[in-house]
Formats: sequence, structure tokens, C-alpha cells
Amino acid sequence: MATYDDMRQPGLIPAGTSRRTRFAEWVDRHSGTFFIAPCVTLILIFAIFPTIYSIFFALSRVRFTGDGLRFRFVGFRNFSKQFFGSSEVHFLGRTDPVSLFGYAVFAVIVVAVLVWLWRSRKISTWVGMIGRTISAAMAIFLSWILCASLLSGNSIGTLYTTLFYVFVGCALQFFIGTGLAFLCSQPISGKNFFRVVFFIPLMITPLGVGYAMRMVADVGKGPLEPVLQFMGLSDWVWSVDAWSARFMMVVSDSWQWIPFIFICMLAALENIPRDHVEAAQVDGASSWQIFREITWPQVLPVAVTVLLIRMIEAFKIVDLPNIMTGGGPGSATESMTLHSMYIWRANDLGSSAAIAYLLLILTVVVCASFFNYVVLGQVRKVRA
Amino acid sequence: MFAKHLAALTVSAAALTTVSIPAVAQEFSGVTVDILTRPGYVIAGPLAERGKDFEALTGAKIVVTEVPFAEIFPKIQNDWATGTNSIDVGVFAAGWGVELDAAGLLEDLDPYIANDDKIDLDDIAPYFREFGQKVGGKTKLLMVDGDFQMVYYRTDILEAAGLEPPSTWEEYLDVASKIHGQDMNGDGEADYGSCIFKKRNAQSYFAIQTFAAPIVQTQGTAQGFHFDNSSMAPIVNNAGWKKAFELYKETGKYGPADELNLDIGDTRALFKAGRCGLIVEWGDPGTLQLDDDASAIKGKMYAISAIGSTEVLDRETGELVPVSAESAPHAIDGVNYAPFAAFGGWAGAVNAAADDKTKAAAYAFLSYMNQAAQSGIDVTIGATGYNPYRISQLENIDLWVEAGMPRELAENYLGAINGALNNPNMASDMKIPGAQQYTAVVLDTQLARYLADEITVEEALANIEEGWEEITEDFGRDEQVAAQALALGN
Repeated sequence: MATYDDMRQPGLIPAGTSRRTRFAEWVDRHSGTFFIAPCVTLILIFAIFPTIYSIFFALSRVRFTGDGLRFRFVGFRNFSKQFFGSSEVHFLGRTDPVSLFGYAVFAVIVVAVLVWLWRSRKISTWVGMIGRTISAAMAIFLSWILCASLLSGNSIGTLYTTLFYVFVGCALQFFIGTGLAFLCSQPISGKNFFRVVFFIPLMITPLGVGYAMRMVADVGKGPLEPVLQFMGLSDWVWSVDAWSARFMMVVSDSWQWIPFIFICMLAALENIPRDHVEAAQVDGASSWQIFREITWPQVLPVAVTVLLIRMIEAFKIVDLPNIMTGGGPGSATESMTLHSMYIWRANDLGSSAAIAYLLLILTVVVCASFFNYVVLGQVRKVRA
Repeated sequence: MFAKHLAALTVSAAALTTVSIPAVAQEFSGVTVDILTRPGYVIAGPLAERGKDFEALTGAKIVVTEVPFAEIFPKIQNDWATGTNSIDVGVFAAGWGVELDAAGLLEDLDPYIANDDKIDLDDIAPYFREFGQKVGGKTKLLMVDGDFQMVYYRTDILEAAGLEPPSTWEEYLDVASKIHGQDMNGDGEADYGSCIFKKRNAQSYFAIQTFAAPIVQTQGTAQGFHFDNSSMAPIVNNAGWKKAFELYKETGKYGPADELNLDIGDTRALFKAGRCGLIVEWGDPGTLQLDDDASAIKGKMYAISAIGSTEVLDRETGELVPVSAESAPHAIDGVNYAPFAAFGGWAGAVNAAADDKTKAAAYAFLSYMNQAAQSGIDVTIGATGYNPYRISQLENIDLWVEAGMPRELAENYLGAINGALNNPNMASDMKIPGAQQYTAVVLDTQLARYLADEITVEEALANIEEGWEEITEDFGRDEQVAAQALALGN
């Protein structure tokens, strides 16, 4: 049996010990650092350095020459043209004219956000207030773009197309995935078969999903063509209408990602102690009451965490719209990642890097806000 | 059996000794030439097949790598500019070479040509020889294809409807509207008056230029139709391009419902199945209609070298004016034509940083592809994607008849291409640094957004103008003015 002394870390070296022993002790003391050093170095080289290096791209006009890349510093021009220049409508959508309804909704949202921020000052530290101010600023900015574009009857840009995929797609995937997991956690026959079937789409590469869905969704030659013809929709083409094309992206994306939610939620549901449920049943609780009062609170921390992971992934959607519609019709299905990729493909590396940074900022603020105000909130509620 | 083998070997040996190549047999043993081009059999397929023949003759191994159309140029530019140099030869649009050459990435082919007695440059049509292959007066590319965008019509459908082939875009719409909905291939389904590839990130930005050229360019090839050549100010935000955009969008009324999601592969499948009355295309339908899977249209798709306009842009006012001797001196019967050399043709360029032996083998292979002995066969096969660019191909009707094309169709086909080539107001594709950004990114994106009703035509044109100005500023206005002068022969 190990004693406390056996497990204790090496302490200060007593005077008089040999040089070799002292070195061995020193190595022993720093072994943790030595072990993780290669990993940290690799991360620095392959993750952090490119991220920092790409700032130079984002602030420059990059030319290809026979001697390699030539950078010309252009300040924030690559960023500003996404908001005020030739790419404004492409990125933000059309924000003019703004309807009365748009102004009204925006005013309500601004007031709500400011009230939330004002109330936060009592419960938050100054560091927390900085975070909340950034979240509030992002919320107001996104609200304005939403009110000025979509709610005013104007087209949206790649910014809101991305957010559409994230919020609508993730919500759909979460509800269906959780529902399927709940069904498969019940004592029904053949549930192992369904578990495998529901999980298969996650194994397929997104590129394969894109081509498969493109074939399935082909209204002229696809397997659903007879169905559409029977329903009198033989002239309907989803790929030429902005919203039907976006919904088709969400459907295709959901087909692939519902299994992820499903498998995580199934694991969470199956870890709920049976005695809690059985005790409730003995007390005469209905199925809905058991779900609401026992099951849901216990899986909630997992649920919001899974949703957070899925959201981070959803911000990067690129394969499906690239393969199924090429970002079209127009730029209706173009996500920010695809927007960046198309510009990169034309060797406009500066603008491409700028859009990538805008996506990074958006992802970090939205996901950090979700984590701080939703995930942590739910976890604290459960612990309480 | 032995006799058959012997005969086959004898024929093969005879073929090997008579094929014209610039290299001594097995001269390039151990050399590998890596070529990058578009995906699919079109363009890439013949390179690979001829590559095997070339390997048997010279020892040089030809490896063809295919990437999506939109990635060809950036991949080559990245590979060569960053010193990766995994690609020895790029086969791409002739017009793209100028940007690579400006960065010093292209090998000068003139010294190789000087020692090549098989290439016969005089046989290459002057436009392709001087504008397609040369950059700054030096030969930097060798053509494997010659391109013009034209309109094709179904002779049987128009005759049955009592219609004449269109000569203006308004007439194009009129004909399309009258034949739209007819069953054109006898399958009992309604077919389309017009088929145009309008998918974003594909070939749509070429087709819109075919529409705009006769409205905007009036004073000959050297005038151009994208910029004011003295200042590089875009000539795009005006009534001429606006009309082209509107006409282009209007064709969608008589096309497939999912036309906005169709690329050239999709429209080719449609017209080969006999589902299109009018199409905008390159030279390929002339030979593609002879394929076995195109029996519905065999010998029925005739070409029109250019569709014109009765109104042209007055560059002073930015408004449209009727065609007259002053406004459009090259007009014929009150119609201004400007056949558009879209894409300029597929051409091969050699990486200047490759080693000398590889460069020599690369040139020898491009020369082999370009020589009349090989290209004279390749251009008559629709699946290759190669269209004629040599005088011996453009003026020799028998070559096409022997390849299986009806004589009448061959006369029409070559007549249309020659008509475009010889037109003094022929519109040249953009051939300046950033050409891909000007057209494949800015023009293509704004056009797609207009077609999808995301923005108005005025917004689209204003965005294009602003986007083009940004690119010109990025590349340097003075440099672009000089490059434009060179590109248009001023």
C-alpha cells in the first residue's frame, strides 16, 4: 500500500547531496514541463503562429511574385470594405431601406439589452462587465443588421446566412436528436438496430453528404421526383429560391449532425439513475412530470454543452453549400467560411483572412456568451 | 495469330516513325512532366492519352492532375510563386498567363520554338498566335484549343416554327419565347427555348460578356468593352451593361426552371438530349452533336458567329444610341456585332523554375499537342473540348467531313468561327493582371446576385464598378493601363 511519502513530489534538495542527484531531482521536479513541452511547441507552431501570421494577411494586399509573396500594408481596408465598401451587401445583406417594423423591433431589443447590462453591474465583477459589454455590443450590432435586412424585407448577406445555419440548424438538430435519443433510451424492441442506423450519417464525410444530398434533392432526376410530380410540384425547384435553398442546406446538415446530438444525449439519458425515476413512478408521477422534473434537469448540463460544441462546428459550414449550390442562387446559401474560401480561391488573401477573422470574432463572442449566460447558468441551477 | 501480332507491330513501328515530334526518341527518358488542368475528360483526357503516346516516343512521363475549374489558376499561382514547383505545366485560359508572366513565373518559349521545325506557327490563326500565345511580344503559351462564344440554334425546330435564326438579342428572346414549351426530342415533355449555364462560380460570367460586347464595343477590337483604356475607369455602370444584364436575365423565362444552378456540364447534357432550342456555347456543340448520345440533335445544331445589337453605348453620355455609321462603324445592316473570344482558349504554359530538362520535355509535349498532326484530329472530336485554332483546321472542310460531320454543318460551323475570328470588332477577353478577380469573382458574384433577385441591376453594376476599381488600385493603375494597352494591341 502506498504511503503519503511515496506519492509526495520531490521537495527542496538538502545541502550536501551530489551534483548528479541534484540534477536528477531537478529533472524530476520539472518532468511535467518536459513532457508537455513538445505538445505546446507543436501547438504554437501549427495553431497559434498561423493565427498570428494571418493578421499580416488581413492587414495587407498580398501579391504573388516570382520571389514569393509581397505584402503591401493597407490597414483595415480589407475589413472596412466588408462593412462600407463593395462587399457590404454581400457580407451584411441589404440594409436599406429600413422598415418601421424593423426600427421598432430594433428599439425593443436595444432597450432590453441595455436593461440587462445595467442590471448586470450589481452582480458582475469589472472583468465580467467587460465581457457583458462586448456581448451587448455584438447583440445590438447583430440586431441592427437583422432588423435592417430581413425584418425590413431586404436580402440577408453571408453573415446572417451563417447565423441561420447555426441557430435554425442547431435548434432543429437538437430537438430531433434529443427526441430520437429519448426514444432509444426507452425499453423498446430493436433499439440497438436504430442506434446504429441513426449514427451512420455521422460517419460519412461532409463532401460525400453534399454529393449524396445533391442527388437526392435533384427535382428532375432524383428519387423524390415522382413524389413531387404526384404533389403537383414538378415545376418547383428548391435551388433557385433563396430560402428553400437555405432550408435544404439545413436539412442536409441536420441529416449529418443529428446523430452527434443523438449519441451524446443518449449517453446522458442512460446515465440517469433508475431509482429516481422508479421512485417518481411509485409516487404516481406522469411520464411528462418525470421527464420535466427528473430527466431533463439531469441531462441539461450535457445538453447545453453538446449544443455549444455543435454551434462552434456549425459556424464553419462550408462543404454542403459549396457542393450543392456553389453558394447560390446568388449568394443565398453562402456561409462566411465559403465567402472567405471563394475570395481566397481568387488569391485575394487579404480579404479572405479579414473575413476569417470576422468569423472568429463572431464565433468567439456568440459561443462565449452562450457558454457564460446559458451553459454555466444551467449548470449552476442543477447544482443548486 | 502470329501474323496478326507481326502486322500490328509493324503498323505501330511505322506510326512511331512517322509521327512528328520535336524530340529525338527517348530523349527525355527519366523525365516526368507534371501538368495541372481542369477535371474530367474534357481538356485533361486528351492530355493524358497523348501523354502516353509521347512517353512511348520520347521517354518523358506525362502526369496530368485535375482540379476544379475555379481552383486551377490559384493552385498554379500558389505553387509557382511560393517556390513549391510541384507543377511543371499549367493548362488554363490563355488570358490568365499575363498575371503569371508579370510575376516572372512563365518560361519564354521562343528559344524552344526557334529549334522546333514541326510546330509551324504560321498555321496558327493570327489572333491565337499573337494574342493567345504571346505575352509582351514573347511566346509564353502554346494553344491546345481556340475559343469563341457563339449561339447555336436547332434548325429543325426553327424551320418547323417558320422562324429565322436571331441576329439581335431581342430576336433571340423572341425566338426563344415562340419555341419554349415545345417537345423538341419526341419524349412527350415540354422543352426549353433557351439554355444558358447560369450557375455561380461556373461559366455564367462569360455568357454575360457575350451579351454585353455588341452593345458596348463599337470601334474595333482595340477599344475593348470593360474599361476606359486611358484611365482604367470601368465602363460597366451604364445603360449598355444594364441592358445586357436585363436581356440575360430575361432569357431565364424560356429556360429550365433550375437554370440558375446549371453549369456547362448540365446544359450540355440538356442540349445533347435535344431539350434546347437555342444555346450560348463555345465551339464544342459543333462536334458534340456528332456523339452517339446526341442522336436527337445530330446535324441539327447550327452556329451563329455573333448576336448583335441595334443600340450601342455612347461612352460620353453613358446612354444607348441607335447604330449609325458614327456610333458603330463596323455594323452590318444596322446591327453592331462583337463576337466574344471568351476564355481565349486552353493553353499550356511552362513553369520557369522547373529544371532545364523538364522544361525542354514540357515544351516538347505542348508542341506535340499543338502540332497539326495531333490537334487536327483532336479538334474534330467533341469529347476533347478542343476547338479549332489552326488555319489548316479552320479552312479545311474535308478534315471535318472525314471526321463524320455533314458537309453543310461543317460549312456552317467553320463559317461561324471564321466569321468571328475575322470580325474587325471582335471582342477580346480580359487579359490583364487580376483578370480572374475582375470577372470570375466580382462580375460573377454580382451577376449571380442580380439573377437571384438579391439586388437590383443598378446595385449590381455599381458594385462591379467599385469592385473593379479596388482591384485596379491593388494592382496599380499605371501598370494596369500599360497591361490593357498590351492586351488590346494599342
